[in-house]
Amino acid sequence: MPSALPLGDPAPSDGLLPAQALEGAGGRAFGLYVHIPFCAVRCGYCDFNTYTATELGGGASQDAYADTAVAEVGFAARALADSGLPERPLSTVFFGGGTPTLLPAEDLARILRAAVDTWGLAPGAEVTTEANPDSVTRESLQLLADAGFTRVSFGMQSAVPHVLKVLDRTHTPSRVPLVVEWAREAGLAVSLDLIYGTPGESLEDWRHSLETALSYRPDHISAYALIVEEGTKLAAQIRRGEVPGIDDDDHAAKYELADELISAAGLGWYEVSNWAATPEQACRHNLAYWRGDDWWGIGPGAHSHVGGVRWWNVKHPVAYAARLDSGASPAAGRETLDSETRNIERIMLEARLVSGLDIPSLGGLEETGRHAVAGLIADGLVEPAQAFRGRLVLTLKGRLLADAVVRRLLPD
Amino acid sequence: MSPMARTAPVPAATDPALIRNFCIIAHIDHGKSTLADRMLQFTGIVQSRDMKAQYLDRMDIERERGITIKSQAVRMPWELEGTSYALNMIDTPGHVDFTYEVSRSLAACEGAVLLVDAAQGIEAQTLANLYLAMENNLTIIPVLNKIDLPAAQPEKYAEELANLIGGDPEDVLRVSGKTGAGVEALLDKIVRDLPAPVGDPDAPARAMIFDSVYDTYRGVVTYVRVVDGMLHPRERIQMMSTRATHELLEIGVSSPEPTPSKGLGVGEVGYLITGVKDVRQSKVGDTVTNMAKPATQSLAGYADAKPMVFSGLYPLDGTDYPVLRDALEKLMLNDAALVYEPETSAALGFGFRVGFLGLLHLEITRERLEREYNLDLISTAPNVEYEVTLEDKKVIHVTNPSEYPTGKVAEVREPMVSATILAPNEFVGAIMELCQSRRGVMGGMDYLSEDRVEIRYRLPLAEIVFDFFDILKSRTRGYGSLDWKADGDQVADLVKVDIMLQGEQVDAFSAITHRDKAYAYGVMMTGKLRELIPRQQFEVPIQAAIGSRIIARESIRAIRKDVLAKCYGGDITRKRKLLEKQKEGKKRMKMVGRVEVPQEAFIAALTTEESKDKAKK
Repeated sequence: MPSALPLGDPAPSDGLLPAQALEGAGGRAFGLYVHIPFCAVRCGYCDFNTYTATELGGGASQDAYADTAVAEVGFAARALADSGLPERPLSTVFFGGGTPTLLPAEDLARILRAAVDTWGLAPGAEVTTEANPDSVTRESLQLLADAGFTRVSFGMQSAVPHVLKVLDRTHTPSRVPLVVEWAREAGLAVSLDLIYGTPGESLEDWRHSLETALSYRPDHISAYALIVEEGTKLAAQIRRGEVPGIDDDDHAAKYELADELISAAGLGWYEVSNWAATPEQACRHNLAYWRGDDWWGIGPGAHSHVGGVRWWNVKHPVAYAARLDSGASPAAGRETLDSETRNIERIMLEARLVSGLDIPSLGGLEETGRHAVAGLIADGLVEPAQAFRGRLVLTLKGRLLADAVVRRLLPD
Repeated sequence: MSPMARTAPVPAATDPALIRNFCIIAHIDHGKSTLADRMLQFTGIVQSRDMKAQYLDRMDIERERGITIKSQAVRMPWELEGTSYALNMIDTPGHVDFTYEVSRSLAACEGAVLLVDAAQGIEAQTLANLYLAMENNLTIIPVLNKIDLPAAQPEKYAEELANLIGGDPEDVLRVSGKTGAGVEALLDKIVRDLPAPVGDPDAPARAMIFDSVYDTYRGVVTYVRVVDGMLHPRERIQMMSTRATHELLEIGVSSPEPTPSKGLGVGEVGYLITGVKDVRQSKVGDTVTNMAKPATQSLAGYADAKPMVFSGLYPLDGTDYPVLRDALEKLMLNDAALVYEPETSAALGFGFRVGFLGLLHLEITRERLEREYNLDLISTAPNVEYEVTLEDKKVIHVTNPSEYPTGKVAEVREPMVSATILAPNEFVGAIMELCQSRRGVMGGMDYLSEDRVEIRYRLPLAEIVFDFFDILKSRTRGYGSLDWKADGDQVADLVKVDIMLQGEQVDAFSAITHRDKAYAYGVMMTGKLRELIPRQQFEVPIQAAIGSRIIARESIRAIRKDVLAKCYGGDITRKRKLLEKQKEGKKRMKMVGRVEVPQEAFIAALTTEESKDKAKK
């Protein structure tokens, strides 16, 4: 998550949700996100809410973190029940960070167990953790699988040493096939995360990274354009002219190459930055974000969403631990979306999916959206055949201009 | 050293022999207002504790820019050898745009203090005003100011001044407005050297208007110099050019606050209040007479102010249009030279085409509108007035490129100016190159001193209104100065260059240029726009054309990527707020066909480098 939290309304300390959150809750999937705010080193491009081991102590230290997270699981269960939400088993669980695997596998397992004990797991539930290729072993992966994890997403980022160096990634490229193999042995589905557009990365570098990643036959690939966030080391380096800046045309060319090579390897896109070997292997937790399902985010700075109510926790692990210690909600702020805003979000999020957006429903706000569709077809941004069937699905060109498409769909 | 006057001569009862009327001719920054401040102090009419820097520059904008836009007249007592005199100091505008007002101020005086910065020497506009003063037979007192500055070169510039006006360098006074050194000697010299005014006290009253200022509380305050006869409060007066009559509600002198008097007699300088609300009813240069006993002959030199430079003024926010209209109406009350009419631009919406005396007048007006009326304005590139004769002999006057007729033009005439440029002689080559490139014809060149020259050129006005002065300054490392005055017109081979975005003509960027320069304008503007207009979802060709012939072409490549790669850990709120911000930004765009053009692009494309620099100051 980004280091800056949004501005919102104050969040009540009991964490109770307004009645709006209950509407239709029974029909929505429920997921859990667990944020692990630790990294071995801070990468130059990263502005996520994460800390190195030496930065934190006391109740916020790595050793104590699992207990604190478990405390929030308990808080969440009470708040949801007290708000009158129906009991729902977890459809998806996702451990992200930071580097979740920097915590001992036992700690991750303990947090997962607490969640499963609280809510239960839906049949076929997806349980993912992100992992750094450096911070897993054959044993730790087996332990995670045994604890109930079904999927691991490795932060491979690139197969090119000089690119990894700019990103401050510590792993050696040769370790990736090894950890993929171990994960397979443990029975885990494997996703690889790649980053393109790093300063100094050539199109050939990127092709090499893609071909290398695909040669490991992952079930899933995420390819994200590097975003230079304010306040990061990389932003400062670019500002000082030490490394070249970001070029959108370069990003576009690399995205097109990614789509070409990944598709050729038999994976299909299901979201702007995500491809899966089969539709079943799409990351369901990720899809839940885009589809507006419910999830609770555990951990400092984590975001949650239940029925049009969004909230986010305090950012600093020390403040976060202190809140939970005192029995109060760790939320820093929240917003309750009105129906117009929910519709804006729906357009913004669903337009990114291969399943697309329901065109007839676009007239809900104003006529703008439906009228815009013809123009989008003419500009080659949406699939005409799908549009005639009532779905707005982006073309390759449209995916690269997804934000512009959404702006054109929204009322002025 | 002279003491302050113990008994000041009383207005309306002062023997003309005891009156001295003078003005100060100086360039911007040469310290005129500071010197005037010292005179106010030394003559005792402003106490030191009431003194604020540049007392007479009443508008904030005047004080900040260190220039005088409107003139003032102050009556000061001064005693020399036991006799009390009344000195009338007429503070003149210091800029070329206001030459006519300067000429009227000069006509109200018998003498002029020629004030020159001892570190910089005389500048072109000062020289022009000096010539004007000499043509009016004014007695000139040459003075070097800022002698306290370490960079002052009084010997060098004293010699230059002596050469110019004929005289001995030793006679050039040396003062410092800042420290007050030499100011008393100057006041003495004004009394000694300047002739007293001469007039017929028994003739019908004749007074010349040299300034006219609108005051919110009092209406128009008119500044006059009485030539013959006498004006009294409560009598009816007549403006000789318009024959309009008014009752004289109040008459008096400024010293420096308005002080009513029993009248104004021969040679006196003061103000009149008649209750009129518009300076157009009390025009600079006009002659005031007594209605009951009118003069038959008006004083010479009256002329209507003629706008030379035109620009479209548009509110950035279209809803501010009524505010702009009201603001212009109010400014007009105080500015007889300002003319305007409503105008519509496809690109910029509703606005006004406004006529100005020159570029400074334009800038000052624009700045006042923005500051005093809290408006954000776009001003289009300045234009001159062209006289276009069609093949059917019909003549039209074009002040806006979008009114330029298409085809069937028999002849186009453009206004010309005669320009004087002063600079150190090492820059002669650079100046000549600049003037030639601006279609100038050299009129002559003279040495003012060993190393300073005066170069005279006849140039099309259109060539100097945009960036000429700025380039002159940079090519002469800041030493060059310019003065110009209108000098008829000439037939020229002019064309209109249109700018098109994706085939749609954008009226705000059209320009009338000489045929030889059309290409350069087209390349400049298309290049500028390519940088200023953000990439769109489609390729945007930018073309410059004369009629249907394309003379320059650029293109803005289509944007290929406009998508946020991910939503961090479900932070949908952040993404939505970003989207809302982008959507808000879109509202500030002007649509040209399908092309979204940010307001900033219009401003930047129409802004000269020079005005950009000014904004930074």
